[in-house]
Amino acid sequence: MAFLEIDHVSKTFPAPDGRGHVTVFRDVAFGLAEGEFLTMVGHSGCGKSTLLNIIAGLEQPSAGGVVLEGREIVGPGIDRMVVFQNFALMPWLSVFENVRVAVRAARPTWSTAQIAAWVQRYVDMVGLTGAEKKRPAALSGGMRQRVGLARAFSTEPKVPLLDEPFAQIDALTRGVIQDELVRMWTASRNTVFMVTHDVDEAILLSDRIALMTAGPDVRLAEIIEVKIPRPRTRAELIDDPEYLRLRTHILHFLMEVGRRSPVQDELAATTGRTATLKR
Amino acid sequence: MGEDRARVICYSLLLALVFLGIWQASVAGNKPGKGLPGPVAVAQTAAEMLANPFYNNGPNDKGIGLQFLSSLGRLAIGYIAASVVAVFLGVFLGLSPTLYRAVNPYVQILKPISPLAWMPLFLYTIQDSGSAAVLVIFMSSLWPTLANTAFGVASIRKDYLNVAAILQLSWWRRLVTVILPGAAPAVVAGLRISIGSAWVAIVAAEMLIGGTGVGYFVWNEWNNLQLTSVIFAILAIRLIGVLLDAGLGRLSRKLAYAD
Repeated sequence: MAFLEIDHVSKTFPAPDGRGHVTVFRDVAFGLAEGEFLTMVGHSGCGKSTLLNIIAGLEQPSAGGVVLEGREIVGPGIDRMVVFQNFALMPWLSVFENVRVAVRAARPTWSTAQIAAWVQRYVDMVGLTGAEKKRPAALSGGMRQRVGLARAFSTEPKVPLLDEPFAQIDALTRGVIQDELVRMWTASRNTVFMVTHDVDEAILLSDRIALMTAGPDVRLAEIIEVKIPRPRTRAELIDDPEYLRLRTHILHFLMEVGRRSPVQDELAATTGRTATLKR
Repeated sequence: MGEDRARVICYSLLLALVFLGIWQASVAGNKPGKGLPGPVAVAQTAAEMLANPFYNNGPNDKGIGLQFLSSLGRLAIGYIAASVVAVFLGVFLGLSPTLYRAVNPYVQILKPISPLAWMPLFLYTIQDSGSAAVLVIFMSSLWPTLANTAFGVASIRKDYLNVAAILQLSWWRRLVTVILPGAAPAVVAGLRISIGSAWVAIVAAEMLIGGTGVGYFVWNEWNNLQLTSVIFAILAIRLIGVLLDAGLGRLSRKLAYAD
């Protein structure tokens, strides 16, 4: 059994008209080896964020289950810290305090001085030295997500869960923070599950990429391996033939599954909305 | 900006002067001791009372400072007790939509009852007028804080609660690091409404129970036909009310946060 096993998970919601159920995705099954970085790519509304929430324990699967190190996940836990798309930093706490809350929760036996030193280490790591006392409202989107990453990785989770972490960050900053994430992950070698619809981001960061079909009634279509050696940089990737091959393959796949009848598109749109609302 | 402010203050002072002038002119013909007193007479009384605010010549003759202190003491006990209870209950109601909907009808029924209407019941059950007045304050400052806390807690963004759940914070840690700071602006808004209605209620309650307090003072001076004292007391009551509100206003600015 894999380190993290997604075991035939399905998610259904009650239909908006009150009759029957709408299936978001069905029978999704795959495993993550320890230290593996797996990214799930799919159209919006394919339920990838819902699946991430199920792994986090914030939502319950309608069928199937998730097993981490041989134990079934029944609720949220600090071993599966989430990096949220909208950052989810406490606006009333400073940068330092936002990270400290997490470290204190992860290391209940540590002294105040130990915790402070550890927090400072991660604040420095994401380049926020000097901004410790600022509130999130005073930071740009990119800086906020740096805090989000520091908060998640400072707890040394078994599986950090990244939920479209760079979707709300401008393209230029995104690249810089992706490099920081690569650095942090290279140092920690956590098992990571990430969700995104950015194909380049997926290839840059992942060992394997899981592709989902379009909704409704989404299935796991295939899992492709990224055989580009690490460390990878965005600059080098651009000319890598393997990168180009993967990119074309994934984009073709997304366009293929996207090519559906108008009725199906409409259905996908409605279920997509339901799924996002539930998040 | 600064010029604007200066002009506003100028106009306000001018309005006050015009008002005082009309008031003084309208009572100018009255013989001393007859009719309403003018502002000059009130000012003289105020100066006398403020010169020695803490004298105590027995139950019916105490300084204005002592009267205010005893009112503020009652206010503090009733208000603080009510606020603790209201915040505590409000957190529970805010966290559980089911509980909120179950309790809400009763809150809606109890809220509009004038706190003074409880007085006879309190007097009958606890047989002590001082405690009954404190309970009236309690009832008057309970509902706004309760309703606002429940609303504030219920409107905390789900993401923050999810973070708390993932971090597996203990109930207490969750309360002090997420729930209370998240709901703080709404809670303080409730506290501010509450202290206003409590200060209004204490004056009326003290008129009924007698003994000490600024409400009793006003009623006693009316019985003595000392209208200058009554008018001065009204102004002083308003001033204290404004100060209490300003204090909570500062607190609310401190606890506000931008999302």
